[in-house]
Amino acid sequence: MRVRVDTDLCQGHAVCKEEAPAVFDVDRATNKVVVLAERPDEPLAAAVKRAVKYCPTRALRLELD
Amino acid sequence: MSTALEPTAAAPAAPAPERKPGKAPPVLSGGWPLLGHLQELRKRPIELFARVRRECGEIGEMSFAGSRVVLLTGEPAQEAFFRSSDEQLDQAAAYPFMTPIFGKGVLFDASPEQRRQGLRNQSLRDSFMRGHAELIATETERMMDKLGDSGELDLLDFFSELTIYTSSACLIGKEFREELSAEYFRVFYELEKGTDAIAYVNPDLPLPQFRRRDRARRRLVELLSEVFERRARQPSEKRELFDVLLSLKLPDGSPRFSVDQVTGMFISMMFAGHHTTSGTAAWTLIELLRHPEFGARVVGELDSLYADGREVSYQALREIPELEGAIKEALRLHPPLILLMRKVVYNFDYAGWTVPAGKLVAVSPAISNRMPECFPDPDRYDPDRYQEGREEDARLFAWIPFGAGRHRCVGAAFAMMQLKAIFSALLRRYEFELAQPPASYRNDHSKMVVQLAQPCPARYRRRAP
Repeated sequence: MRVRVDTDLCQGHAVCKEEAPAVFDVDRATNKVVVLAERPDEPLAAAVKRAVKYCPTRALRLELD
Repeated sequence: MSTALEPTAAAPAAPAPERKPGKAPPVLSGGWPLLGHLQELRKRPIELFARVRRECGEIGEMSFAGSRVVLLTGEPAQEAFFRSSDEQLDQAAAYPFMTPIFGKGVLFDASPEQRRQGLRNQSLRDSFMRGHAELIATETERMMDKLGDSGELDLLDFFSELTIYTSSACLIGKEFREELSAEYFRVFYELEKGTDAIAYVNPDLPLPQFRRRDRARRRLVELLSEVFERRARQPSEKRELFDVLLSLKLPDGSPRFSVDQVTGMFISMMFAGHHTTSGTAAWTLIELLRHPEFGARVVGELDSLYADGREVSYQALREIPELEGAIKEALRLHPPLILLMRKVVYNFDYAGWTVPAGKLVAVSPAISNRMPECFPDPDRYDPDRYQEGREEDARLFAWIPFGAGRHRCVGAAFAMMQLKAIFSALLRRYEFELAQPPASYRNDHSKMVVQLAQPCPARYRRRAP
């Protein structure tokens, strides 16, 4: 499982950070998401999927290995 | 909401495009002198947009009384639109029919960056959602308490009134909501009906629809003045957003904002989430009643999810797949906004075409959501499109009831949660049936704000416990 970001679309709403704080942060200077763990561990999968699903600008994508 | 109020850093400068401009987009046939395609827009807007796609291809220019609007259709062209920044494609000035409704200097005098800042920090944020879900469930209960065991309701009136209460309770404050009555949704309806595209000629033409609009706005100022005065006399009450705004003073001691300005802020906060949510709720129900097999699936899903007595405020934030499919399919077939417009601030280039600064570019959810190459059998109601494996809403730049990309609706998550909360409460207490032939329910497209055409009645009966 690999997290991909379309930084063009990200506007820093930080919904992902609230769903999965271990995987996502938002850089307040650039207002863009920062992926803390590009290949998150399996136990985080559900939270990461929610983050992807509820991103207000749909800037996140999940690639399955 | 703090769009116009919050001091923020200046917007980043627009990059200067060095490229040589491309070709001018083709112009749609059939324009009248002066008015252009305005009459077609006011009578059959979706057919007009379909004609642009048929005659001109993925890019074509319409004219609304001198305003040049370049319509982009198809997934690649729409993606170019949705990926553009707010600095290049600005919302300001694209909707002249809204100015007399909001009032001058209310919504669009902030830079795009200021608007983003304001929206990001406020009540649409995820951390507020749980409280919002609770308020929405309560408001739905209160509306249902007025219904009795059985009867007939008008879908537009019912959902319009409900969403006035939910929006004001969530976005403004619980006490403020208690000041509102059914009169507010009727006043709001008149404002929404005041969005005739003839405003492209002049938003203040002496026409009955504009007179009614202006009368409604004055009535709203009156109603709110009474509310604010009463609250000012009872300082023990909790201070909510508007109390604070009205108490702000300029250095010379005079009020920072007039009641008229605060009324404008109220309208602008409520507007985006009102007719959109209300219309979508009505269409979700109409389509479920037109297709009883899906209706039964949604009711069955809600009954089993809530069988353990869990709260709506808990579940509305979580997955309710059958209901979500029904809402998404209503949104696809009946998008509340049929034309999204932006003003070109600096040249917009796409595939060798150039739209120069000053013109408008637009995308139509009504066209996009039914493109057969993206949505097989596009006119068929099929909530299973969104189930795992199909997920047709994953076509981010084609399934666009909320827009997409940088221009996606900031309230989308709130709206979905709200609709899930409303139907969680409603469909467990009542069963509904259409009170007119199913095919007779339709939208009224004569105004830019699309509304369900009245009459649109439905019968209801309390379900056996």
